[in-house]
Parts: sequence; structure tokens; C-alpha cells
Amino acid sequence: MAKPIAVYNDVHKSFGDVEVLKGIDLEIAPAEKVALIGPSGSGKTTIIRMLMTLEQPTSGTIVVDGQYLWHMEKNGELVPANEKHLRQVRGDIGMVFQHFNLFPHMSILENCMVAPINVKGVPKKEARERSVEMLEKVGLGDKLDDYPSQLSGGQKQRVAMARALVMRPKIMLFDEVTSALDPELVGEVLEVIRDIAKEGEMAMVLVTHEMDFARDIADRVVFLDEGRIAEQGTPEQVLENSESERLNSFLSRFRS
Amino acid sequence: MKGINITITVLIASAILSYLVAFIAGFGRLSNNIFIRKFTGFYVEVFRGTSLIVQLFWFYYALPGLFDIHLASDFWAAVIAIAMNYGAYMSEIVRGSILSVAKGQREAATALNMSRFQRMRLVILPQAVRMMLPEFGNYLIQMLKATSLVSLVGLTDILYHGDIFRSTHLSLAPTVYILILVFYFILALPLIWLTRWAEKQSSKGVASE
Repeated sequence: MAKPIAVYNDVHKSFGDVEVLKGIDLEIAPAEKVALIGPSGSGKTTIIRMLMTLEQPTSGTIVVDGQYLWHMEKNGELVPANEKHLRQVRGDIGMVFQHFNLFPHMSILENCMVAPINVKGVPKKEARERSVEMLEKVGLGDKLDDYPSQLSGGQKQRVAMARALVMRPKIMLFDEVTSALDPELVGEVLEVIRDIAKEGEMAMVLVTHEMDFARDIADRVVFLDEGRIAEQGTPEQVLENSESERLNSFLSRFRS
Repeated sequence: MKGINITITVLIASAILSYLVAFIAGFGRLSNNIFIRKFTGFYVEVFRGTSLIVQLFWFYYALPGLFDIHLASDFWAAVIAIAMNYGAYMSEIVRGSILSVAKGQREAATALNMSRFQRMRLVILPQAVRMMLPEFGNYLIQMLKATSLVSLVGLTDILYHGDIFRSTHLSLAPTVYILILVFYFILALPLIWLTRWAEKQSSKGVASE
């Protein structure tokens, strides 16, 4: 396996007295597509939120592309990272949220342009070209000047993906991106994710309840249960041939 | 009638200064630094908890007498009193609006690797200001009416001139006060329209939970 792009070492996370993650060890290879599945409350979302620096691990380390994410080395010791260090490391990571979180005071195009210009210092003209190109790719080339409130949920989520992609991350995180959508809009969003996955070079971690979709695009499926990784392997191994009772009873809820 | 220009200049100067105070104190209360937070909290409670007219007298009579602090002129003593008072109230609006921008907005900005300052400048504040506008408008109208208190420290505003006129034409007292009311109302009208417009603006383009 190539040098991993992200590594979790014995990561724990508690909210107050509740320990949500009880020791996660996970490696993600460059360009690997990983689907995280599991019952609600099993900690899937927390895993990717820690990678996006939205949630700080209680203990353990996360390494991104060879650099500690939540720590930095100082005189040979690991100390908590400061804002500057976090910014430097998380530049490789992008995320799409369940509730889109588009900026409502900006047009679709501005939503995509704001970060490249202000965070990466991309010249305005180039940022515009990149954003237009990305919005066309997600099928919204004709909505550039619309505002988020004018779009359907599926369209909003596609904008959110374009916005994250314009930053050219090495890892993209998808946090239940279809859960807040009306059923008839789920397809168009999954279609776009499939297209992105096909292009290949970017690692993707998807928290999802769409089992058929996970089977389709994931190289590896990870089943989380009560804060631990209970099973992992290829989609066939995990979704079809597992002996685990917990996993099979979880999966049976998705078979109709 | 004379005095309108004084009323208007006092209003404009206190409005600008009070918005400035409101933003400084509002951010102060959100600061990570506990001393700044406590200090601005103390300021806000003191100025909200005491009457404007007493504060006005303080700036005008007590400060020069007690500490030999002279605030440039009567005009500035009045303006600073009004601005500090309304700034205290409006700092709560600044603080509340910033806090009520949806958490997801901050997270999305973080996910795009914006710095703390960029998150505030590009994402949080533009939305928070939209929420502040209608309340700011309301306070502006109240401030207009509060400017009438400056007649008590010798500034020659509308009310001051009205009072003088009434004292020489006692029989006209009702007419004079009706006229003064009408003047205040006419001055308030554009501010009321401004507030309505601000309310419309604020209903667009905000994500809050």
C-alpha cells in the first residue's frame, strides 16, 4: 500500500461523559474511496469531523500526509496545534455537509470563488474560470448568479461539492450528504459523486446510509459499532459475506 | 423653527459614535480574553442599568467637577452620553446577531480553510449585520427622541427653542408642543422608512437556526 494520506492512531473522543469513539485505528490510502457505515450514534460523523478539524480528539493522533493534524512537534515533544498549524495541514481536506451550509449572502459563483481567492490567493480571473468549470461539471452552469435560496436541495448540495472541489483537496469528506434531501433528489447528487470518484486521484471518505451506492463506489467499507471499528473490508466482504450478527442485523434494515 | 440643525447633528454624531461603541463592546463580549469580556460586560450593565438623563448630567456636571475632566464642549458631552448609553444596548444586538449565525456557516468556512478573521469578515459578519439592521433602525428612532434631553444641559435643540418660545407666549403652549411633536415625527419618518427597508433586507440572505 502506498504511503497513507491519513492515519488515525488510537483516537478517542468524548462529549462530556459519553465516549463516542473508543480507540479508532484507520488508514486511508491516496485516492482510496472509503465508506463509513453504522447505526446512528456509532461515531461515523465524528470520525470525519475530527479530520476536518471541527472536533478535537480527546486522545490519540491523526496524521495527514505525513504531518500531525491536531499536534505539532516542538523540541521533540508533541504539543497541541495552534490555529496556524491547523490551517497549514487542513488545506488538503475538503468537506460536504448534510445541510449544505452554502453561504446565503453570496451567489452560487461567489460561494465557489470566495475561498480560492481569499485562502489560496488565486487571482480572481482564474478563480472564476475554475469555479465556472466546476459548476458546469455538477450541471449548474446556468445558475451562476442565482442565490442558494433559489435552488432545490439537490442543486444546493451540488454547489457545495463544486465549492469544495475548487479548493482541490487531496481528501474529500462527505457527511451524509443525501440524508437531508427529498428522495427524488438523491439520485442527482449520487450521480455527481460517482463522477468525481471516477476521476480517481482524490481520496474520499463517505459517511452514508446508501448501501447500494457504497457498494458501487467504495474500495473499502468500514462498519462502526459503539465507537469501534467492528468490521472492514471490500464491499463484497462487508456487505454480503459477513458473519457478524450486529452487522447483518444492521444491514437487514436496509433490505426491503 | 430653529434648533432642528442641533437636533440633527446631535443625532448623527451620537448615531455614528454609538454604532462604533456597539461593535467594539459587542466584539469585546465575545472575546476569548476573560478580562476584556468582563470589562465590557461591566460597562454594558452599568450603562443599561442607569438612566440616560443621569448619565448626561454626569458627563456634563460631575466629570468636570470631580475629576476635572472636560469633554471638549457641551455638544460632545451630550453626544458621548447618548452614544455610550445606546452603544451599551446595541452591543447586545451585535453580540446576539453574531451568535445567531448558524453554526454550520462557521464550519463550512473552516472546511474551506479560512482563518478566524476571514470567517468573521467573509461569512459571519455579512450575515450578522443583516440581522442587526432592523434593530439598529429601531434604536435610531429612539435615539432621535432621546436627543430632546440635551436641551436640559443647555444645547439649543428643537425642544429648547420650543420652551423658550412658550415662556414668552404662554397662551400658545399647546400649539408649541403640538408643533414640536410634529417636528419630531417628521424627522422620524425617514428613519421609520429606513427601518422598514432594513427589515426587508434582513429577511434575505441569512442562515440561522
